[in-house]
Amino acid sequence: MSSEVILEALGLSRSFGGVKAVDEVSFTLHKNEVLGVIGPNGSGKTTLVNLLTGFVKPNQGQVLYQGRDITGWPPYKVAQLGIARSFQMVKPFYQLPAFKNLNVALYSPRVRGLVGGRYGDRDAVAKDLLEEVGFERDSWVINQQAASLPHGYLKRLELAKCMALRPEVLVLDELFSGLSLAEVASLVPVIEKLVAQGKTLLMIEHRLKELFRIADRVIVLNFGRKIAEGEPAVVMEDPQVKGAYLGTEAEG
Amino acid sequence: MARRRERVDRGIKVRSEDVYALTSWREMLYLAAPRVLPVVALFVLGMTASVYWERVLVSTCMFAMLAISWDVLNSAGMVSLGQALFFGMGAYIAGTLNHYLGLGPWLTLPLATLGGGLVCTLVLLPVLRLRGIYFAMVTLILPLMIERVIEATKIFGGTEGLSGLTPLGSEHVQFLVALVAVWVALYGFRRMMGTDYGLLLKGIKDNDRAVMSAGINIYWYKAQALFLASAVGAFAGAFMTHAYQFVGMPVFALDYSIMPIASVAVGGMGTLAGPMLGSFILVPLSELLRGLGGLRTVIYAVILVACTVGLPEGVFHYLARKYTQFERWAEVDK
Ligand SMILES: Nc1ncnc2c1ncn2[C@@H]1O[C@H](COP(=O)(O)OP(=O)(O)OP(=O)(O)O)[C@@H](O)[C@H]1O
Ligand SMILES: [Mg+2]
Repeated sequence: MSSEVILEALGLSRSFGGVKAVDEVSFTLHKNEVLGVIGPNGSGKTTLVNLLTGFVKPNQGQVLYQGRDITGWPPYKVAQLGIARSFQMVKPFYQLPAFKNLNVALYSPRVRGLVGGRYGDRDAVAKDLLEEVGFERDSWVINQQAASLPHGYLKRLELAKCMALRPEVLVLDELFSGLSLAEVASLVPVIEKLVAQGKTLLMIEHRLKELFRIADRVIVLNFGRKIAEGEPAVVMEDPQVKGAYLGTEAEG
Repeated sequence: MARRRERVDRGIKVRSEDVYALTSWREMLYLAAPRVLPVVALFVLGMTASVYWERVLVSTCMFAMLAISWDVLNSAGMVSLGQALFFGMGAYIAGTLNHYLGLGPWLTLPLATLGGGLVCTLVLLPVLRLRGIYFAMVTLILPLMIERVIEATKIFGGTEGLSGLTPLGSEHVQFLVALVAVWVALYGFRRMMGTDYGLLLKGIKDNDRAVMSAGINIYWYKAQALFLASAVGAFAGAFMTHAYQFVGMPVFALDYSIMPIASVAVGGMGTLAGPMLGSFILVPLSELLRGLGGLRTVIYAVILVACTVGLPEGVFHYLARKYTQFERWAEVDK
């Protein structure tokens, strides 16, 4: 982790109807850092991801990438800059075989020139990527239509689609949710490898135990506001954070 | 012991999937037959048919191009209820260029194809962002609106239309041009859909947000697909203008929007070949029924419904499956 700031949010706000989904949230993401974002259900985590990646326009505030104001940029331009996101609700191309899903991502202008020619064979690169995230190579799974893949594989596919873009920053929205302990354990080395490669990660997670092993810092959202920030162990001792989590547990 | 039908790939299909197909005539024939036979058959049919039926085949080819164009758009997530827009635009561009500027068909055809594609794309550009039914509604209404505008403003001959336009050439020349055009459209687009570019278009249909998140400007690619599809439709319109030596308001009529969709429904969507096959079933059929007068529409509708209910996957998918797979009873223990 370096002190160089790669992504910065300044007073981001967005409301839907009367609900303030994200309310004056500011934070900085340093190069090669793993920053966790936690918070109870409906606290605005996914909305924050959408604000950072251009899927939702903020009512107020700014997003800076490497010092450049990218507020309100369309999603495809943000992705071209090198900010890749995954979706909490997986979004595979259901009609396509698993590995062909990646051909679409590999067709991105960001990497098109790097893998094969204009009509170059992207299949091999796609299969390599799937193997990296834990698909068994040469197994039936990679040829399987995405519609019939088990949830665990769809989550990995989301990660692989991000990695296909060779991004600088990966914004992963609840990558671990719905996965078994073993599946999470198998993904942790993949994440660690990305960090070793110098990537920067923003990880939205509900699985705190697993997140705290990887994250350098976390920020905590509650009702759209940032209520705490710092090292995982310290943040969890914060009375406000305890309150937020206890509150939701009492309700649920 | 329960039994169920199971489908198994035919041995010859498996054998002809890799390069070994080139070592045996039988396998090569198996691969080539469905691709070459229709081309040859259609050619022979048209060249030997009466003038009347040769003309029916010509207009069938043009309806097939409209149907193929529909399927291309649909593969990229755009549902068109207004193929008549493309057809009519091409028809009027060719007609006016010929009537006012005296350009011959060999100039008006390419100009109307490109120009029609361009105009239709520009007109629909603002609604590309609309999803699903909204895009469809706009395409449905536009050609009907243009029809009324021509009627009200009396431009381009108004309700009379423009007649006495230059013909394309002899019946055989016309037929051959139509035939080449439809095969080029079919095999060209089939090839395109097989590349990663085609994959991207299918991705847009499947999940446009996922494509966006890959850094791809989906509206740019949708516009490209729209241009290609509308250019093909515009060619069909321009061609028929010269074939009939006339262009008038009916080129924007609902028929040109409905027939392609009916063809897709009968032939089966997603393969481009299905819609073409559908046109070659429906257009000649509707000609055959012409003698029946009022009953024609009823019988036609019954056949259409029977086809779509009996073979919901489409005739093409059904035939393709029979060609590559056979069925047998398999025992399943429960
Ligand atoms: N597109 C939208 N339209 C209306 N309301 C929305 C929209 N997106 C989010 N919201 C609302 O904003 C609030 C925050 O939602 P968000 O999805 O960001 O929460 P989250 O922290 O990601 O929750 P979870 O942990 O369940 O994923 C919720 O009250 C939600 O109902
Ligand atoms: Mg969420």
